[in-house]
Amino acid sequence: MKKAEHKTFNNSLPKTPSGIQGFDEITVGGLPKGRPTLVCGGAGCGKTLFGIEFLVRGATQFNEPGVFMSFEETNEELTKNVASLGFDLEDLIKNKKIVLDHVHLERSEIEETGEYDLEGLFIRLGHAIDSIGAKRVVLDTIESLFAGLPNQLILRAELRRLFRWLKDKGVTAIITGERGDETLTRQGLEEYVSDCVIMLDHRVNEQTSTRRLRVVKYRGSIHGTNEYPFLIDENGFSVLPVTSLGLMHNVSDKRVLSGIKVLDEMLEGKGYYRGSTILVSGTAGVGKTSIAAHFAEAACKRGERVLYFCFEESPNQLMRNMLSIGIKLETWVQKGLLQFQATRPTFYGLEMHLATTHKLVNEFKPDIVIMDPINTFVVGDKELEVKTMLIRIVDFLKANQITALFTSLTDNHSALENTDVGISSIIDTWLLLRDIELSGERNRGMYVLKSRGMANSNQIREFIITNHGVELREVYVGASGVLTGSARVAQEAIENAEVLTRKQDIERKKREIERKRKTLESQIAALHANFEAEESEANKTIKTEQDMIKRLEQDKMEMAASRNAAKKSSKNKNLKNN
Amino acid sequence: MSSNRERLEENLVATEKDKWVLRLYIAGKTPKALTAFTNLEKICKEQLNGKFSVEVIDLLINPQLGVEDQILALPTLVRKLPVPVRKIIGDLSNTERVLVGLDLLPIN
Repeated sequence: MKKAEHKTFNNSLPKTPSGIQGFDEITVGGLPKGRPTLVCGGAGCGKTLFGIEFLVRGATQFNEPGVFMSFEETNEELTKNVASLGFDLEDLIKNKKIVLDHVHLERSEIEETGEYDLEGLFIRLGHAIDSIGAKRVVLDTIESLFAGLPNQLILRAELRRLFRWLKDKGVTAIITGERGDETLTRQGLEEYVSDCVIMLDHRVNEQTSTRRLRVVKYRGSIHGTNEYPFLIDENGFSVLPVTSLGLMHNVSDKRVLSGIKVLDEMLEGKGYYRGSTILVSGTAGVGKTSIAAHFAEAACKRGERVLYFCFEESPNQLMRNMLSIGIKLETWVQKGLLQFQATRPTFYGLEMHLATTHKLVNEFKPDIVIMDPINTFVVGDKELEVKTMLIRIVDFLKANQITALFTSLTDNHSALENTDVGISSIIDTWLLLRDIELSGERNRGMYVLKSRGMANSNQIREFIITNHGVELREVYVGASGVLTGSARVAQEAIENAEVLTRKQDIERKKREIERKRKTLESQIAALHANFEAEESEANKTIKTEQDMIKRLEQDKMEMAASRNAAKKSSKNKNLKNN
Repeated sequence: MSSNRERLEENLVATEKDKWVLRLYIAGKTPKALTAFTNLEKICKEQLNGKFSVEVIDLLINPQLGVEDQILALPTLVRKLPVPVRKIIGDLSNTERVLVGLDLLPIN
């Protein structure tokens, strides 16, 4: 009750939480409190179950006892039918939480003889309500009265009175009605119950059935107007609203490595964000599964738990194939860190897939979920449904901080960036694999198309699958475009040769210079030698000349001396004269 | 239909000696209830020669008693005996329908 009051705090219209998973989110709190609600739909769409669950949840979770008035099934049948959904009605009846009242009306036993009213039904219902202080009432299916009572005028007037009376009683009621051809219900009950109308539907599309719920009308309240898929499993009803989780999940700035070194480097060297959603898309045979397997192996090595949904291959086949590129997944399966879940997408409807996903994730509590591939869900024209389903899966996983990796096969004819299921907008990191056909070869290229919240590399890497896993190489990007494979090798050879030639050139030039230098040096040496020779020659001449001068001097001296000996006196005379 | 009718007539013959047990369900002394009661009294006197008992059950006083006979409409007259159980709803103003309902052919 406290919960109910809390939920309806902001709404002017008081509401009664149904307790049905997901339904209270669509209707922002539940059914209108103290008013009747019409639940209509075709045969086998779950009207009765909706009613029963409303009562059982009310009795067990909100302490609101309830009355179930059945016009079709007997109490025993009803108890047995819902026991398979885990509802123990007998116990609830014993504890005066629920009253089952089977109203049996046999047309052949009845004769109309004048004026009457349905006060008997009112009294009976009133008695049942008062006996346990019921707050909730389900009438299933009141339209049976139309078969039992011939006078429609009276019946319609009485039904109008009944719904008025239920309102006056202040009970929250569910009235079920069979769907009519043109109208919501066969007998036009929607005329009388105008506060809230819920439509259940069970459609088969491409051989798989989908249950849907829609709030047709909710007077005085906002509500989700979409058709919401729901499912009925061993836990009862669960409506899966797209919006139930919203965009309020916590984000993590922790990173997880992808298991491929170069890929991590492309993502700032740290890998993906934890709790993000990764899409690996590409054409057939480009190695999407290999990337997924790398990621799984890397996670298991860190001791994390991985849940691997394979929709195309059997786990054994997948493990064998991955073994050929050196990824040993079997070890991790044995250690219990990796769990495969292999189902054909066509095996059951989308909602069931969603439900099994929820269930398995809740059981296994993985850190990483891999779905390979997601586009196999698209059979026929269910694209929109697949998208909403995937959005719900993504929301669910994000809310649980689980990193999700999806692979998607891209049609060869459509644009690479176009995923079949159109979920690109909900993807955080998108790796695009493409094949590059060039010179008679088909090579793989990979790039990060987007990666929210990180400065990812814009480079195309060549993606090579080796016997020891996936390798990413830098591709040749040159004047003639992107080259991969042998074209890249050839281009590299050409480049190498060019480099070699250049190197040789340089060597040659160096040698030439050296030679020139040496020539120059030898010339200089020769000049030096010449010069030296000339110099010594000159010196010699100079010496000779000097010697000559000396000799001449000496000769002169000697001559003078000899003259002096002859004319000493004259000389002296001369000296005296001087 | 005809075989059904024959069977009922046999029934009627077999139980003619027995008393007719009738129950009239009402909810308070509403005009409809009073009309029904008056009409019933008249029919019984005319058709059943005193070999009958009528029990009037007011569901306002004993609401749980309506469950047994699956009473929805009021007033309802239930023929408990002779079997099979027949139900006649309404204020019994249409005598002919009442007699058909009770498997009593009107005396010509």
